Amino acid sequence: MITYIFRRLFGLLPMLFGITLISFMVIKLAPGKPVMLQYSLNPKISLDEIKRLEKIEGFDKPLYVQYFNWLGNLSRFNFGRSISDGRFVMDKIVERLPVTLSINILSLFLIFLIAVPWGVRSALKQGSTFDRVSTLVMFLLFAAPTFWLALLLMQLFCIQFGWLPISGITALDFEHFNWWQKVFDIGRHLFLPVLVSALAGFAGICRYMRSNMIEALQQPYIYTARAKGLSENKIIYKHALRNALLPIVTILGLSLPGLLGGSIIFESIFAIPGIGRLFYEAAMMRDINLIMAEIILVAVLTMLGNLIADVLYAYVDPRIRYKK
Amino acid sequence: MQNKSLNIGILIIGFLTIIAILAPLVSPFDPSVIDQDSLLMPPSLKHFLGTDTLGRDLFSRIVFGARISLGIGLVAVGIATLVGLILGAVAGFYGGRIDGLIMRFVDIMLCFPTFYLILAVAAILGPSIFNIMIIVGLTSWMGVARLVRGEILSLKEREFIQAEKSIGASNLRIIIRHLIPNAIGPVLVSATLGIGGAILLESGLSFLGLGVQPPTPSWGNILIESKSTLGVAWWITVFPGLAILTTILGFNLIAEGLKKKMGS
Repeated sequence: MITYIFRRLFGLLPMLFGITLISFMVIKLAPGKPVMLQYSLNPKISLDEIKRLEKIEGFDKPLYVQYFNWLGNLSRFNFGRSISDGRFVMDKIVERLPVTLSINILSLFLIFLIAVPWGVRSALKQGSTFDRVSTLVMFLLFAAPTFWLALLLMQLFCIQFGWLPISGITALDFEHFNWWQKVFDIGRHLFLPVLVSALAGFAGICRYMRSNMIEALQQPYIYTARAKGLSENKIIYKHALRNALLPIVTILGLSLPGLLGGSIIFESIFAIPGIGRLFYEAAMMRDINLIMAEIILVAVLTMLGNLIADVLYAYVDPRIRYKK
Repeated sequence: MQNKSLNIGILIIGFLTIIAILAPLVSPFDPSVIDQDSLLMPPSLKHFLGTDTLGRDLFSRIVFGARISLGIGLVAVGIATLVGLILGAVAGFYGGRIDGLIMRFVDIMLCFPTFYLILAVAAILGPSIFNIMIIVGLTSWMGVARLVRGEILSLKEREFIQAEKSIGASNLRIIIRHLIPNAIGPVLVSATLGIGGAILLESGLSFLGLGVQPPTPSWGNILIESKSTLGVAWWITVFPGLAILTTILGFNLIAEGLKKKMGS
């Protein structure tokens, strides 16, 4: 197991190299000189000044030298400073990461908790009214834009009924709350964002779980189990379900980029101070350093998510571990 | 066997396509004409779906938005399919080092959450309809490439390809005349699904203000307004979203139907 993890970790190095190379090329896509991009709003800047700044930032060197300099900085976790307020990009991201990660982990948890039993029930009662209605609902959910669902739910819960706060993660008088009021307040604020983000991945996992379960129930080992005279519960939950769950582990890892991508939209709808909203602000201001740092960070998170999924898969399914 | 999902899907998309093509005839108002006398009107006989904060007719805006959304979806997926087809075919046919290199590239591209990459490029290059088509196209070809590679790997061992080789056909001829046409089925399914996905991406991008720019109406940028009219004008939120939902549903149904058709 340990060697498997190490082998996989080692394989990530060329991937990391590729990720940084592509990110670098994206920066260089920008038309005009990068210095101009940063200082274009400053009318006092002269041509000499631009040349001097270019020299300081190293933009006068050939591209590959620039790339390796930049890579050197990255390896020391130095992503440069943000254009908007001059703070280190890394600091800005680190303080906002926990919010986004906790929302995404909570919603992954929620997806898993509801989609798996739902899919299993659909599979067991294949063709029943429940199954047919749920297939229809999933199909609709799959086609609905998440941000639209967010807007509709906001309209319903925050405005029509007035049950939930409309934006942010804490109330204005948060400071004066006691402990359990604070927890309750954060819960109220996070309820819709977590729900919306879960809805986005829910339909896919649910349909996948259903088809996995149907397939698992047709496997020869199920006939064996039946022939042995095992109880139906044991057949379903011990034999079929365990095998149907295996690929879900991987799918949850693979759904990470989608969830993180969704963060951009719903964090800006709900005004949540996470990395999604940070990225949106950076994109609007063309804050190149911040944009690059976040792209790399999110790509690395995705890579690690896939790795964890693969390792978990190998852990639960010995057949993978011993291959090769 | 009747194929219900395929038929319903074709019906929906056909209907939308006709509306998009005939947009100037179908829409009762000019989509960008501002009418001070009818701001935020609820749906009525004059304005089927109501009006927005500038008094523009929502129905006309959605009808014209169909042109933009369908157009972007089609072109973006066209680009993605072409790139995926070429890279996948080359990787599958030649194998070895070239295959390893291309597939590694696919793995790396898959690590980037598409929406982050798209937003970054849109911010750097500046948002325009043309840029969105290219960006969405160039960030969503990986699935097709993997699919085509897999198909070609299994096809190239078949006898008719061996026969073609033995009579001295060039590699290019084998790939274009024999391998790709035989691998096109699953590609068609994924392209159909892809159009829905591209329209979803475009609407999200426009909703954030980095996609289609106003006053050009797109389903995504009509929804920008709904943030400020929440609780005041439900129609601005509900109808553009329904348009997106119906379109994606249509494409998904066609894809589902095609899959069934090929399976049987």
